[in-house]
Amino acid sequence: MRNLFKIAVRNLIRYKRRTLLTASLITIGVVFVLVFVSITGSFKAMIIGQVTDSMLGHLQIHRKGYVAAIDNLPLNLNMKTNAYAKIATVLSATPAVEAFSPRLKFGGMFSNFVETTNIRLNGVYPDQEFPTVPLLASRIAEGKKTLGRGEIMIPTLLAKGLKVKLGDTVVIVATNVDGSVNGKQFIVSGILESATGPGGRDGYIHIEDAAEVLRMPEAEVSEVAVRLKDFSRLSAAVKQLEGKVAGEVNKEGRPMLEVHSWEQLSPFFNIARMIDVMTFFIKIMLIAIVLISIMNVMIMAVYERIREIGTIAAIGTLPGKIRSMFIIEGFCLGVVGAIIGDLIGIAVVIIINLIGIRFDFGQQQGLLLKATLQPLDVLTVSIIVIVVAVAASLQPAVKASKMEPIEALRHV
Amino acid sequence: MVLIKAQKITKDYQTEDVVVHALQDVDFEIEPASFVSFVGPSGSGKTTILNLIGCLDKPSAGNLRIADTDVIGLERKESAAFRGKHLGFIFQDFNLIPVLTVYENIEYPLIMVQNIAPQERKERISRLLAAVDMTDQGQKYPHQISGGQKQRVAIARALVTNPALVLADEPTANLDSQTAYAVIGLMKKMRDDFGTTFIFSTHDTKIVGEAEVIFRLEDGRLTAKETKEGTKP
Ligand SMILES: Nc1ncnc2c1ncn2[C@@H]1O[C@H](COP(=O)(O)OP(=O)(O)O)[C@@H](O)[C@H]1O
Ligand SMILES: [Mg+2]
Repeated sequence: MRNLFKIAVRNLIRYKRRTLLTASLITIGVVFVLVFVSITGSFKAMIIGQVTDSMLGHLQIHRKGYVAAIDNLPLNLNMKTNAYAKIATVLSATPAVEAFSPRLKFGGMFSNFVETTNIRLNGVYPDQEFPTVPLLASRIAEGKKTLGRGEIMIPTLLAKGLKVKLGDTVVIVATNVDGSVNGKQFIVSGILESATGPGGRDGYIHIEDAAEVLRMPEAEVSEVAVRLKDFSRLSAAVKQLEGKVAGEVNKEGRPMLEVHSWEQLSPFFNIARMIDVMTFFIKIMLIAIVLISIMNVMIMAVYERIREIGTIAAIGTLPGKIRSMFIIEGFCLGVVGAIIGDLIGIAVVIIINLIGIRFDFGQQQGLLLKATLQPLDVLTVSIIVIVVAVAASLQPAVKASKMEPIEALRHV
Repeated sequence: MVLIKAQKITKDYQTEDVVVHALQDVDFEIEPASFVSFVGPSGSGKTTILNLIGCLDKPSAGNLRIADTDVIGLERKESAAFRGKHLGFIFQDFNLIPVLTVYENIEYPLIMVQNIAPQERKERISRLLAAVDMTDQGQKYPHQISGGQKQRVAIARALVTNPALVLADEPTANLDSQTAYAVIGLMKKMRDDFGTTFIFSTHDTKIVGEAEVIFRLEDGRLTAKETKEGTKP
């Protein structure tokens, strides 16, 4: 085996220029894929992080039908207090859940005593909401990073539009589920930068204040946002929770609750999917590059060495060994291309991070792209290259092993 | 005991429109440790007969036994194994492996064809390097040595597996006459030292004189067998 490698490597060195050319082609391909995967992957992870951590949470639980009607924030599709209590028990007992936050959502009028406009509001328990969507605190551009009774956090656009400042008194007026109207005064305690995605321009008040405005004896819950300990296990967690809440049925025996991951709640998921599709096609291109270049080189190698093949076959080298000799040559070429490509790719990613690329995503501006390269990605790309290199050498190698020694020896 | 027994060997080549009778009814026997030459003009069938003895090709008809084996019945892989075990080859163009050093070329069959332990490999190679007078050239590559030296390395490579028989198709055709004599002389010395049978072909009537048994070929027929003692019909 060592000898097969020795002969393969020496043959690669023998045709220096050709080997170098092919290896660089593979290298360029690998670098390109790694950098692309790194940037798009980091971009995706970052945007998903923005979407989930500033508003959405990793997943949400609603009463069935609420999500379909979410634009109207219907009050008649809330969960009653005891229904929510059951969910809270389930969530507290689920180890995968890091934090969860019940929200009472409603639409109302916002007035600064001079002008009035629409507002969408989330009534929340601050000590549950902030851990569930950790970026919420960083969205507070002005004001304190907490929320007390009688206080309201409003989106910056609203503050600007109605010239409302921190500490101002405002009035929230809302129609409750019976159709009667109620109002309550709030002190502006925070001004929120907008976030992209659903709920990115909502205001926040304490859930008990919300219940008071809506004249609910006890706070009902429109949605429960959930944060997981391990985001990568999202779909498993969704399944698990679906199973656990499936027991809640209505009078007709139909399940009462729905679990949605962020993917079903945010349009950004489609962009994330498109990034995945693009990555897939870039990988296919890499495979094509490796396949064509290695096959080309190996066909040439076999053709040039027909007499050598005849010689070693004549003196008794078994066909299997001859085949291995050429496959190993392709394998080595793939390994060299992959390793150099990995090194350069990693270097490029480091340089990108040193330069620091900033970009805007919707309302969030000047986000710093932190390109990261997952070891698994590097490994996958390397393995793809090496496997394809071996596959590309297969046909030429088999051809070499099937040559008749006398014909090969006669070849000029 | 005979090493090679050929009976009524015929070889036809089917070309586009004609059948070439490369060998017709060839009968011969070769004893172990003999020094044999097939001689004849170009196209007389020398390469064809050496390819058959070398188990690189199959006759169209006839029987051929080498070292008590019916080599005609061997499968492709069995032929390769038989060649690797019993035969050595020396080629007109030397055919050393260009990416391997002189030492590694001689070592090649011991690793890639047979499976000889490192210590014994070393011993055999040094003995053969000394025998072909190339001891101090072991680390050179084929392109760094002369034609005569290449053929000496090829002789060492052919002998390193201790074959019963070494076949050499026109081994001196690419050498000047002085080197040619030296190479044939070396082959004979090897026969003396190792007891290996050598069969070489040549169209050079002077070189033929070095052989102890000479088979004359003409148009695919064996026309005469000469031994050192005299000519047999
Ligand atoms: N592969 C082949 N196809 C057709 N004819 C061949 C082939 N090999 C050899 N011959 C013919 O067989 C005859 C003997 O050839 P060969 O054994 O090569 O002669 P020598 O080696 O004595 O010059 C020649 O007429 C040659 O043209
Ligand atoms: Mg010939």
